[in-house]
Amino acid sequence: MTQAPSELEAYAAQIEELAQRLGLDYYPVDFEVAPASLMTEIAVYGLPIRMPHWSFGVRYIHQLVRQSMGHSKIFEVMFPGDPCRAFLMDANSLAENTLVTAHVLGHADFAKHNQLFARFHEMAGGNIVEHAAAHAQRIQQAIQAVGLERVELVLDAALALESHVDVGGELHRSRYPEFVPEKVLQKENSFQKKFGQLPGTAEKLSLPVGMNAAPLRAAVPPHPEYDLLWFIAQYAPELEQWERDIFLMVRAESLYFYPVFACQIMNEGWASYWHARLLREADFLPQPLYLAAIKAHSDVVRPFASGREASLSVNPYHLGFTIWEHIVETHGLARAMEVRRDEDDFGFIRNWLGRELAETSGLFVYEEKQDQEIRVTTRDLDAVREAILAPKFNYGAPRVAAVEMKSDGALELVHDHASDGRGLDAARARKVLEYVRRVWRRPVRLRTVNERRETIELAA
Amino acid sequence: MIRIAAETPWYDLFSRGARDWLRHNQKVREAVKSTLPELLANENLISQPGNRTVLVPVKFLEHARLRLAESAEQSGAGQGEGKPGDVLRPGREDGESSGRGGTENGEIKFVVELKIDEIVDWLWEELKLPELKPRRSATLDEPDWTREGWDKRGARSRLDRRKTIKEAVKRRSIQEKLGPDVVPITNDDLRFRQLVKRTTPATNAAVIFALDVSGSMDEAQRRLAKTFFFFALQGIRRQYTKVETVFIAHAGEAWEFEESQFFQAQSSGGTVSSSAFKLALDVTRTRYDPSRYNVYFFYASDGENAAEDRAGASASLGALARQVNYAGYVETGGIATFRPRETQLAELFAEMRAGGLPVGTSRLGSQEDVWRTIREFFKEESRKQAA
Repeated sequence: MTQAPSELEAYAAQIEELAQRLGLDYYPVDFEVAPASLMTEIAVYGLPIRMPHWSFGVRYIHQLVRQSMGHSKIFEVMFPGDPCRAFLMDANSLAENTLVTAHVLGHADFAKHNQLFARFHEMAGGNIVEHAAAHAQRIQQAIQAVGLERVELVLDAALALESHVDVGGELHRSRYPEFVPEKVLQKENSFQKKFGQLPGTAEKLSLPVGMNAAPLRAAVPPHPEYDLLWFIAQYAPELEQWERDIFLMVRAESLYFYPVFACQIMNEGWASYWHARLLREADFLPQPLYLAAIKAHSDVVRPFASGREASLSVNPYHLGFTIWEHIVETHGLARAMEVRRDEDDFGFIRNWLGRELAETSGLFVYEEKQDQEIRVTTRDLDAVREAILAPKFNYGAPRVAAVEMKSDGALELVHDHASDGRGLDAARARKVLEYVRRVWRRPVRLRTVNERRETIELAA
Repeated sequence: MIRIAAETPWYDLFSRGARDWLRHNQKVREAVKSTLPELLANENLISQPGNRTVLVPVKFLEHARLRLAESAEQSGAGQGEGKPGDVLRPGREDGESSGRGGTENGEIKFVVELKIDEIVDWLWEELKLPELKPRRSATLDEPDWTREGWDKRGARSRLDRRKTIKEAVKRRSIQEKLGPDVVPITNDDLRFRQLVKRTTPATNAAVIFALDVSGSMDEAQRRLAKTFFFFALQGIRRQYTKVETVFIAHAGEAWEFEESQFFQAQSSGGTVSSSAFKLALDVTRTRYDPSRYNVYFFYASDGENAAEDRAGASASLGALARQVNYAGYVETGGIATFRPRETQLAELFAEMRAGGLPVGTSRLGSQEDVWRTIREFFKEESRKQAA
């Protein structure tokens, strides 16, 4: 199956030329042809080299089992950056890897132009793969210095909170200001002038004198803080430098993964649209190779396994591909390029998944009862959109914020159950609190609600 | 510019996935070990042979994340045929709520294989338990033929083929350098095993376990006894190459049981301890000649014996204690069992001990006591040996 790289290289160069002619624009892409074992690891770790942790071992075994049962085949992985790093599987056929090359160029174009990717690229720089490898090495050094057990305890906590970062915030954040900023007296505007002229209001408006004499020490945190990794790294009492490092490394990697997570449907759809189009227009490909590649394409973008009538998940390749084809067809390529720049999956699904597309794609919402019965509940468009997006809210994690540090150093966390709709899984939450307690080194408490919507406090 | 690297050697040097998987397994093992005593008490392990292993079914360790509580109904987006209201998968008949599709049904189960010998070694080290030594006395020394060394001459039956071939290979490798004609095997290559007569201390042991199964011994007490018996046996096994076991259960009468039925045996009758002692004595005399065997006797009871049996028990226990290496008595029963004075059996054993017989007693109230009890017995036994 393994093809001579030179043949693929020749096609790749021609595909790239074609892609640029059609308007794709991207940072250079470094391709590596890699064995299946590495592809599996990348799928598990998310990065070619990443910090060690036993939980990855569990995912690794699950992945191996899925692959051995044929449920999961990895075609390609691409790491956005400058240059982008793409890995092709050596066991793929020449046709498959030709397809994958075209697919990767679609991703590369997306990663350069999508605003979300661009913002994170600007914050983190273009070589996360190297950063992650450096992180792994620093953790290895920490292991040498303090032993595996202690490093593991810190990673237990940091990785458990992996998704609890502020995706709207900055990668490099400084600590809160130590004092409450003095209130700047606003210049009177015309409204206030008129308001002050109303009878009997003038005295009430004037500020008491001498209140701002001594600066007030600001509370920590001054507002509910959702960036838990950052907060713990900055404010945990007695955190050692290497422990802070680990929290910030996990946070940096988590922020890097966010655009991929938040744009998965768009991104995979865009790449699929482009691999299909590039192959269609690549007249230099021999006919049998083209046919084999198109066969691989239809395997990737089909909604569910052949022989099945329905699937309980939505294939992002299929959905994204369908929506992009529709956009290009009805609004033209220039408009599609704007959409690829401006949206993430939330906007993409809400603005561009129309009634007609949802119907032809056969999208529905289902419900699983406790006795495992599964029913189609509705095909209503809004419900379908929200069901697709539900797992993506808040980076897929419950909204939990640090709200207070007690005078004894105890950390108070609050779960925003109102916006999540229900309380936390108490057993797991307790375990997470135990992880956190070991690095926070003071009591850690978390408020949420139980199934009867009564406030409960979990502690460790 | 697309560059396709032909060689990418770095990732072949190590496997991150396997590394983290091994670390996970190590953590599972540690977790299993910490619950070992309870775990082993539930297994039917006592007399299985040789290189025994236990398979402990375990779940993957879960790295916890914050998650929303499961709601009664879960919904998601799907794709395909079907009108609203159509059933895609029928509910389960038994209405079982556990094992939700995808989360637990698809879960991969695995088992950790633990070698009992390793467990016991680990425990002995961890708990710093003393080692037993076989009793050394002239009567226990058995003359025996043992293999020792090789010779170029000997009986055909003792030809060591492996050694012979090795010799032939060595010789041929030298001769091949000198010339082409090499004989495969010559008489000089032959090696025969030699036998010498040596006396070795007897390494046979017999362990007799006796258990009071009268109505007053509840399930928890029997389980404690079982745990204790298991580890006592393991300690003895560490020293003897061959250990035979006898299981005796008694209430008003005593019977010998198979191990598999031993801990299930139960009787509502009264307690006559002498019946067990007599049976043990019988077994010792007929099967385990004390001149050839190191015999250990362990007895577990809640201590209550019929008042009229006191004299009989005293006599038979005395006779038994003279025959065995060691007789151990564990009295089960939690702190809740308030005793105004020593039980009859505790008194009896104390008397024997005062009389200089190799006897020990201990209290076994809970699982945590098992180790203390084991340590007491073994410490005493090894101290006695040292003396």
